[in-house]
Amino acid sequence: MIKTKNLIKTFIDGEKETHVLKGIDFEAKEGEFIAIMGRSGAGKSTLLYQISLLDEPTSGEIIIDGVDVHNMSVDQKTSFRLNRLGYVFQDYALLPDLTALENVALPLLMQGKNKVDAYNEATLSLEKVNLGHRINNLPSQLSGGEQQRVSISRAIAHKPKILFADEPTANLDNASSATVMEIFKDLNNQGQTIIMVTHEEMYAKIADRLIRLDDGRIVT
Amino acid sequence: MIQKIKIGWFLAIRQVRRANKWTTILIISVMVLTFLNLVVVSGILVGLIEGSVQAQKDYYTGDFIISKLDKKDYIEKTTEIIDTIKSMPEVADYAVRYNEGGVAEVNYKTKTKDTDEESTSATIAGIDPIAEDRLTNISDFIVEGSYLLPDDYDKVLVGSFFLWKYTPIESPGFTSLRNVYPGSKIRLTVSGVTREFTVKGILKSKVDDVSAKIFMVDKQFRQIVGREDKNADDIAIRLVAGASPTLFKEALKRAGIDKYARLQTFEDAQPKILKDIKATFALLGNAIGSIGLAVASITIFIVIFINAITRRKFIGIMKGIGIDGKVIEISYIFQSMFYALCGSGIGITIVFLILVPFFKANPINFPFSDGILVATLSGTFARAGLLMLATLIAGYIPARMIVRKNTLDAILGR
Repeated sequence: MIKTKNLIKTFIDGEKETHVLKGIDFEAKEGEFIAIMGRSGAGKSTLLYQISLLDEPTSGEIIIDGVDVHNMSVDQKTSFRLNRLGYVFQDYALLPDLTALENVALPLLMQGKNKVDAYNEATLSLEKVNLGHRINNLPSQLSGGEQQRVSISRAIAHKPKILFADEPTANLDNASSATVMEIFKDLNNQGQTIIMVTHEEMYAKIADRLIRLDDGRIVT
Repeated sequence: MIQKIKIGWFLAIRQVRRANKWTTILIISVMVLTFLNLVVVSGILVGLIEGSVQAQKDYYTGDFIISKLDKKDYIEKTTEIIDTIKSMPEVADYAVRYNEGGVAEVNYKTKTKDTDEESTSATIAGIDPIAEDRLTNISDFIVEGSYLLPDDYDKVLVGSFFLWKYTPIESPGFTSLRNVYPGSKIRLTVSGVTREFTVKGILKSKVDDVSAKIFMVDKQFRQIVGREDKNADDIAIRLVAGASPTLFKEALKRAGIDKYARLQTFEDAQPKILKDIKATFALLGNAIGSIGLAVASITIFIVIFINAITRRKFIGIMKGIGIDGKVIEISYIFQSMFYALCGSGIGITIVFLILVPFFKANPINFPFSDGILVATLSGTFARAGLLMLATLIAGYIPARMIVRKNTLDAILGR
């Protein structure tokens, strides 16, 4: 499903060069649940951003679902992200002016679905994360855990090939974190490919495979 | 593209709905004021002259004026011309006038060696008081005394232009007459005939053709100057509502009247200087309005820029989850359009429902005209379009600047 070859990412700040990824060979198969761990500064989130097409690597290959994404234009990458990838961010990343339903429906509308179909699918997606009763609430009216569940709902509503999660439980209490991880496990049991960055060992254990990064390289 | 526009609209509606109410009101107020600046400034400047033009029409020329040809002393065949215009259905009313240059003197009885009598050149006009008043409401301009009656022989109305009390000017070649008031005596010399008259009233108008003349009853005037053939100097005509002065002119030409008299619509009869000033003021008004437009554009630019930059993270998120940057730009264009539409809509309502009627009923009292607000529907909508265009551009540019920023940097707040 995802394959990287000698992935390198270097940040240049004036004359200073920071080599964050130093040649990552990484592979994720369809239906796998992969957790990426490492100490702060190891390059976990940077790796996630490269393989999720949110950032541009300095060099190396990335092949997603058989497609070499290296030469894609900005618009092509945007379309690829819209149709094949899903994202769950650390701080929920919901649009404050849209209700839970509208947040989830937005990518569906962007895909070309009409409003009725988009809203129906969004409602089903919210029900999957047990938020069917909160569809008309704004993010400001939801708890942190509920917002993260809306974020997950948005990420899966359009049935992406791969779901990327960047520290999804970092801003949640234990109970909400457990709920979110249960949702991820359920999704994975239904065949969803998930790649998650996390600090938490106990949540990483839920994954099928753990990848540890240290100093920009995969150590295990 | 239609899908992008629909989603842009979707985002814009929600952003406007949930924006801070007072901020929205403030922005719309700026738009309203800009629109009013665009319309009212040039409208008042043009109206200053338009007031003069309108006054000229209402109080002197009427819709149409027939006057003597160049190098002629009067309108030949005046009586036949009057018979012709009386038979034309377009004519609602008319007034015949007789004019001659003369001299007006006062203080001639009380002059001593040390004091001079006062005299000034003046146009002496003979009018039918009833017809003239019906056409031009000239009696409204009486500021002292009373208006002429048809049998008022040896009585005159003096225009305020000649009087020191109303025109306190001392310059070579011009004398303002003092001690002239209703009941005082004035000696007029016209066509070599000198006669003493009693001042019945003083006229004060912003139309020089009223204030800068001395009026007497037409029958006496004709006797004095020997105009027994009743050939007049000008005939002012008011047409019925809806009649075209231009078509009326063509009809008169077909009747051959142009051989004996000059035919002019009220527009033809406008002094060129008035037309030139009108054009200059319109230009000036547009220039001033442009400054207001620039200010409004900058305001919208700043508003959208601040909005977009504070939402940079959410813009990044939207791009991250696959929302096309153009959709986001379109949403900001719609927001800008909302502000411009609201501002223009409220502005148009204020202009046509409040300001235009207000200035019509209460014109600005300028020394040389009653200033009104000139606002045509087409001109006003053109300005609304201009405001819309300026706002669209001012909203699009900052949105594009922010949307083009790196997606990940925006999400992470870098």
